[in-house]
Amino acid sequence: MSATVAALPALPASPAKKAAQRRRIIGSGFWYIAVILVSISTVLPLVWTLSTSFKTQSEALSGALTLIPLDPTLENYVALFADGTFARYLVNSFIIAIGGTITNVFFGSLAGYALAKLRFPGRGSVFATFLASMMVPAIVTMIPTFLVLRYFPLAGGNDLFGQGGVGMINSYAAVLVPFAAGAFAVFFMKQFFESLPDEIGDAARIDGAGEFRIFLNIYFPLSAAGAAVLAVLTFQAGWNSFLWPLIALNNPDMYTVQVGLAAFINEYQTAYGPLMAGTIIASLPVLLVFIVAQKYIVQNFTGSAVK
Amino acid sequence: MTTLTRLNEVVRGPEMAKQQPPKWWRFGPDGGAVSATRRQQAVSGWIFLAVPVLLFVLFVLIPVGIAIVVSFTDYAVIGDFEWVGLANYTRLFQDPIFWIALRNTAYYTALFVPLGVVVALGTALLLNRRSGAVRVFRTLFYIPVISSTVATASIWFWLLNPQYGLFNVVLGWFGISGPAWLYDSQWAMIAIVMMSVWAGFGANMLIFLAALQGVPSELVEAARLEGASSWGVFWHVTLPAISRTMFLVVTLLLIAAFQVFDQAYVLTKGGPGNSTLTLVYYIYDRGFGRLEMGYASALSFILFLIILVFSLINARITNRRDFS
Repeated sequence: MSATVAALPALPASPAKKAAQRRRIIGSGFWYIAVILVSISTVLPLVWTLSTSFKTQSEALSGALTLIPLDPTLENYVALFADGTFARYLVNSFIIAIGGTITNVFFGSLAGYALAKLRFPGRGSVFATFLASMMVPAIVTMIPTFLVLRYFPLAGGNDLFGQGGVGMINSYAAVLVPFAAGAFAVFFMKQFFESLPDEIGDAARIDGAGEFRIFLNIYFPLSAAGAAVLAVLTFQAGWNSFLWPLIALNNPDMYTVQVGLAAFINEYQTAYGPLMAGTIIASLPVLLVFIVAQKYIVQNFTGSAVK
Repeated sequence: MTTLTRLNEVVRGPEMAKQQPPKWWRFGPDGGAVSATRRQQAVSGWIFLAVPVLLFVLFVLIPVGIAIVVSFTDYAVIGDFEWVGLANYTRLFQDPIFWIALRNTAYYTALFVPLGVVVALGTALLLNRRSGAVRVFRTLFYIPVISSTVATASIWFWLLNPQYGLFNVVLGWFGISGPAWLYDSQWAMIAIVMMSVWAGFGANMLIFLAALQGVPSELVEAARLEGASSWGVFWHVTLPAISRTMFLVVTLLLIAAFQVFDQAYVLTKGGPGNSTLTLVYYIYDRGFGRLEMGYASALSFILFLIILVFSLINARITNRRDFS
């Protein structure tokens, strides 16, 4: 305490300095008000949703803005899971999101590594073609991709000429296969591998290691941080995807959480309690993943933007 | 973020493919061990690329080819189909609903893009300061981006409920009786724009934030010393310094805006009275609702052309390294 007292007179506060300091404090006060207001606008809807999901139907529709439910209840969640369909949607979404994450991380790493670290003819053209393909909006390939899956030879009861069955439509494959190794995953990992030195691979090569072993034992472990970010991003994209699952999976047993939730909105317009419970359940996995990985995601974001 | 990295790469790709001599060539023609390594690398390289290349052929290359062919036929999944030449393309010019969808999409874009830029840049400017609290607020601002469009739409469906929703209840406190939002053809699209800005600004905010942190602080200091106001510094120093990022974000938003679908599908089904019928929703409806896949393919190529213009502008901007 005596130290502070002694330190203060040592820095005589001139009127100008005092004014500047006051301005800074006021400015900082305004800043806090502004960021808190924005935060309220981004977070309050979610809190409101969470709150509604624990309210009784009559309280939800009372028009009172109570954030803490007067009579908290789990009935909405019970109703949501009552007939088992929503649990089924969750399982479907997990299979699709996790499956897509595994294939994208594996094939994306393998191909990204090849583009970044191996020297071979044709590499540049593959790269350029992949890049050009990214300019094609998804809607253009949507109808024909549906047809390719529908008439895929020897799948889903089809014969060699793609006739007779439904192909891959209405199966996990319809959502997993077309996006199993997206160009984004390849480029993301390529960027990452490019930041690793060539020398370690060359050294292993001189020792006679095969290319796959060099990738698997040397470079892939070094790329774990990048692969983790890619995994989070693909999980999020897979879990949240909507239009394609809506088209390719039209058997209610195969619905994903997103498709199921959308159907729910249209069918039970006023059942806000169960609807909000469904929204919370549908957002929870990606929110949890984000909370765990948020530092890396924001960093990656910033990094890729600056480059 | 995905699109950004992607577009960065899109631009660098062709450049690299064109200008760089193939690197494998540099190994030198001394044969022997080097040549064996080279051959081994070529084989491994293609094996490593095999799955993505195969999927690219199956689900991009072949589909684009099919889309072109189908757009010249009256293919409708069931029954025979015929070559109809340009009929699908001439038809759309006389299709009043196509024009409604185009107009709605343009309206959405005209509201969404400027609003999206202003909110993203505004919040980025707020967060562009040295303070420990920034990290917390950055995360809070980013939260809406994480949830799916469907979940976000579901939340807004509730917020915008004319009677019990947060919006109209709060408006009611001030004696304003809010509109019926999604049930009012005048307000439905505006509601969807508000929702989309809320849901997406966090991503562009991070892009702007990165750009703002790259603005040389000496420049800002110098302008301040010469007595420029905060607004003057922003207008004459900061904004020009981030112009490249600005154009990038604008084109990204344009490309996304023209493909808006989820919100319109979940919240309004294109209604009321077609007021939120967007192009992608119309293509979806024609192709998978009425199975008019020939016509839907033609529609999707028109959309492709519109988006291609913005993609190319975007690619040019990203390519001009001297721009900033």
